[in-house]
Amino acid sequence: MENMIVSMTLELKDIPGQLVLALAPISELHGNIMSVVHQHEEKTPRGTIPVQVTFEIDQGFLDELIEKLETSGVGVARVGEERLRSSVSVVLIGHIIHSDIGDTIDKIDKTGFAEVVDLSLSMPAIERTSSAYLVINAVGIKELKKALEVLREVAAKKELLMIEPIRLNSEAA
Amino acid sequence: MKTARVSIIGFGAVGQGVAKAILSKNETLIEQGIDLRVVGISDSKGSEINADGIDLESALKRKKQKGTVAKCKDDALEIIKNVEHEIVVEATPTNIKNGEPGSSNMFAAFGSGKHVVTSNKGPLALRFSELKEAAEDNGVFFRYEATVGGAVPIFNLIHEALAGNRVIGIEGILNGTTNYILTRMAEERLTYELALKEAQELGIAETDPSYDVEGIDSACKLVILANSVFGQAATYRDVEVTGITKITPEALELASKNNYVVKLICEAGNGTLTVAPRLVPKKHPLAVGGTLNVASILTDMAGRITISGKGAGSIETASSILSDILYIVRNS
Repeated sequence: MENMIVSMTLELKDIPGQLVLALAPISELHGNIMSVVHQHEEKTPRGTIPVQVTFEIDQGFLDELIEKLETSGVGVARVGEERLRSSVSVVLIGHIIHSDIGDTIDKIDKTGFAEVVDLSLSMPAIERTSSAYLVINAVGIKELKKALEVLREVAAKKELLMIEPIRLNSEAA
Repeated sequence: MKTARVSIIGFGAVGQGVAKAILSKNETLIEQGIDLRVVGISDSKGSEINADGIDLESALKRKKQKGTVAKCKDDALEIIKNVEHEIVVEATPTNIKNGEPGSSNMFAAFGSGKHVVTSNKGPLALRFSELKEAAEDNGVFFRYEATVGGAVPIFNLIHEALAGNRVIGIEGILNGTTNYILTRMAEERLTYELALKEAQELGIAETDPSYDVEGIDSACKLVILANSVFGQAATYRDVEVTGITKITPEALELASKNNYVVKLICEAGNGTLTVAPRLVPKKHPLAVGGTLNVASILTDMAGRITISGKGAGSIETASSILSDILYIVRNS
């Protein structure tokens, strides 16, 4: 299971309820919708309404998704793979804020091949350690591993406990 | 009828479990043509020796009442060297500093031509290749299923059932205490300290929990696995270890919201040995809860095989020891 980020242009009929019809199959296949651009005023020559959807999904589900969309009457005009196609989740524990979270994220973003695309923080109390959940996207698996190495170094320097997912390690084994 | 004479060295929870297992399975084994006789039992205070077979029921009773099985002063080494028998069950407590008294007991057994079955991790985590060599030099069996994963037959699976496969990597949860703590922290949003306290009250964690929570126990088991499966000569000092003491309930909650659980995972493969908390997808076969142990073995032909079960407990560990004893009886 490798997640990829996909950008799709869908064509919807100009009747109510079509947007939900288009987005539901993505969620059903455990896709994570990242952005939806719906321009009602810009119709195609075919009289349909174009919608740009960007989402993260397991590679193995992509064909099934396109089939589902087309069966439900949603046109799939374009399927593009986003530049940042590999994704990994990481949890950090420690003095995340006081060790400059901005700098931590910067170190990844500065690589040029990887970015922190999601961040959730939990700070229970001032004197207690905080926890963070990060999603890092990169252009490929190799680059993702390099980004993780960068983060490992930063975490070690800042005395943060870094919890990595099992999958990357198992596939590397 | 095949008769096999056994000594039980170390009569704590594991040793008593073995005695109970042999006692309760006696009839079934006789039906299978195997007559197991325990001819010597020793604990830290002394021993009981009987060439015709010890009455296990009264030995267990005496241990319970007096705290020792001792009827005479003979120590473990005297039984191993001087009492005639075939199989030594080495069940003394794990000592990770120097492996004693387990190491000396095992070398003495090999030296006097006896097979060894053990649950004792210390000697194997420190001197695996020497022990294996000593067994080979003396033409005897050295079986240690109970050292890793309690009742879970990991070595049997890899060496017998998966024979012919090349093992690419192994991952698993090999410590039930940390699994229990992490499971409770995630389920009840408990702090590490509270979950540990609960585990201690239930007898799942020791008064000094560092051996479990710092990942040392996991590292020892990983080393034994790696040495046995990959023919490495690693010791537990070669393992990169991170424990679970810094994990927060908030981290577990953030992980859970994104469909992950956090587990203390042992990994062997690519020549590296790591014990560290990892994010495991909730639906992954390694995401077992409670005190369960689990091992996932990646092989070249069979692909990935995952087994899980009880990783500790007196009778569960005895299950693995009895299985090793029977393997020896059938194959010698």
